[in-house]
Amino acid sequence: MIVAERKPMADIKDMLAGRKNVLIVGCSECVTVCQAGGEKEVAVMAAALRLMRETDGDPIAVETETVTRQCDPEYLEPLQKKVAACDCILSMGCGVGVQFLAEKFTATWVVPALNTRFAGGTVEAGVWEERCGLCGECVLHLTGGICPVIRCSKSLLNGPCGGSQGGKCEVGKGEIKCAWQLIYDRLKGLGRLDLLLQPMPPKDWSRAKDGGPRRTAREDAQL
Amino acid sequence: MKAGSRLERLLERGEFAVTAEIGPPKGAGSKGVRNNASLLKDAVDAMNITDNQTAVVRLCSMAGAVHVLQCGGEPVMQITCRDRNRIAIQSDVLGAASLGIKNILCLTGDHQSFGNHPGARNVFDLDSIQLIAILKGMRDDKKFQCGEEMKVEPRLFIGCAENPFADPFEFRVARLQKKAAAGADFVQTQAVFDLERFEQFMAEVRKQGLHEKIAILAGVIPVKSSGALKYMSTVPGLMIPDYLLKRMKEAANPEQEGVTLCVELIEKLRRVEGVRGVHIMAVYWESMVPTIVERAGLMPRPRVEVEQAG
Repeated sequence: MIVAERKPMADIKDMLAGRKNVLIVGCSECVTVCQAGGEKEVAVMAAALRLMRETDGDPIAVETETVTRQCDPEYLEPLQKKVAACDCILSMGCGVGVQFLAEKFTATWVVPALNTRFAGGTVEAGVWEERCGLCGECVLHLTGGICPVIRCSKSLLNGPCGGSQGGKCEVGKGEIKCAWQLIYDRLKGLGRLDLLLQPMPPKDWSRAKDGGPRRTAREDAQL
Repeated sequence: MKAGSRLERLLERGEFAVTAEIGPPKGAGSKGVRNNASLLKDAVDAMNITDNQTAVVRLCSMAGAVHVLQCGGEPVMQITCRDRNRIAIQSDVLGAASLGIKNILCLTGDHQSFGNHPGARNVFDLDSIQLIAILKGMRDDKKFQCGEEMKVEPRLFIGCAENPFADPFEFRVARLQKKAAAGADFVQTQAVFDLERFEQFMAEVRKQGLHEKIAILAGVIPVKSSGALKYMSTVPGLMIPDYLLKRMKEAANPEQEGVTLCVELIEKLRRVEGVRGVHIMAVYWESMVPTIVERAGLMPRPRVEVEQAG
């Protein structure tokens, strides 16, 4: 899923300066799971905004709506009426959701309530970690299912650098596991250390974001 | 005087400057770049050495610039943001200044998908405007981008590029304004073919008084053939008027016509208020530059006393 976190309230307040009617739009997908922009967080945001602006003597009218998916225009259609009545949309979706809202409602100002961080998953209650670098050419079959592209701080493809110590990466004050230690341990356990002896050639980064904005089209899925 | 380069002194004196471009070789040989430098050193005031232009690997611009210096010419070292981050770039700037390079031109850089290593990762840690500001900070405040101070600052005449022919047209002057505000001392424009559009651009530049803040050198490209010009008309960011395509197509001697067109254009550009020089990009045709400069009535080039590199 896409993992996001709420921006500081002070930033959100700045973005809404001068606005009188805000529509907060949440999303029931990834940002609900990572507890950043689901129905619950939308309600909390609405209450916080009202209170903050009330205290400032500059009250703001707040409407809310949480859609099934912000990254899907058909779920945005029913928002038409509420959008027409507001002077600003505060999206609590990821960066994709914000943009789909802006594309759909071309005459309305749309601002992001979240910082979109990474593609990852829940490792324990309240903790999410990055797992996929979205490089466009998966190498997990060569690395025991552990991604060196995003989990190694240098994206090394041929084993750990000299900064791997006691299973930890030199970056991140001991909080980051060395991806290549993990890969080594796992391949050893599976009897596939031979894979590590195969040199991996320079990667084709044109399939990643380096190649420019990406698009996938499937004829069989088109109408 | 910021760097005391020949280019800076001439512009300061109000001379109409002439610069040209040299593409370094796709190999470790130095003969080509040195031959070109020797050939051009008395015909132009400074020579740009491109930094892996169109993302094709070539001899690096710093080495190219040193070859130019050794041949008695003045280099403008180009730096792009595509292949190096702020650490490498600042280090290169120190190195270049220590070798006597005084003009540096800041570019974002062509995307690697157009070059010979389309699978390469790009850096773009900085963009050209940020790069200009960093160089200015190094020169004027003796500070690296991080804020740390240095003992000996690089003395630089800072250049940039701007394309009056790209979109959105209205934003192009604003972008040049941002570059001037960031600290660019001179700009070399994308090649002008469409004079009318360029004059519109310059009119807006003058309205904002930008031509007084940054020295504007108009870019020109002499073309060898009708096919080359036709190809350029398909390149994004280049605008070729139909009458030029027609003239090249009907020319009995295309090379001669290409030179004539370039000379005519330079003469017209000289009369555009706010244009303080021309930048001749004779790609793979560097040897023609002295002829063009001569025929445009810009020879001999004015002399200046340039202080020795420290």
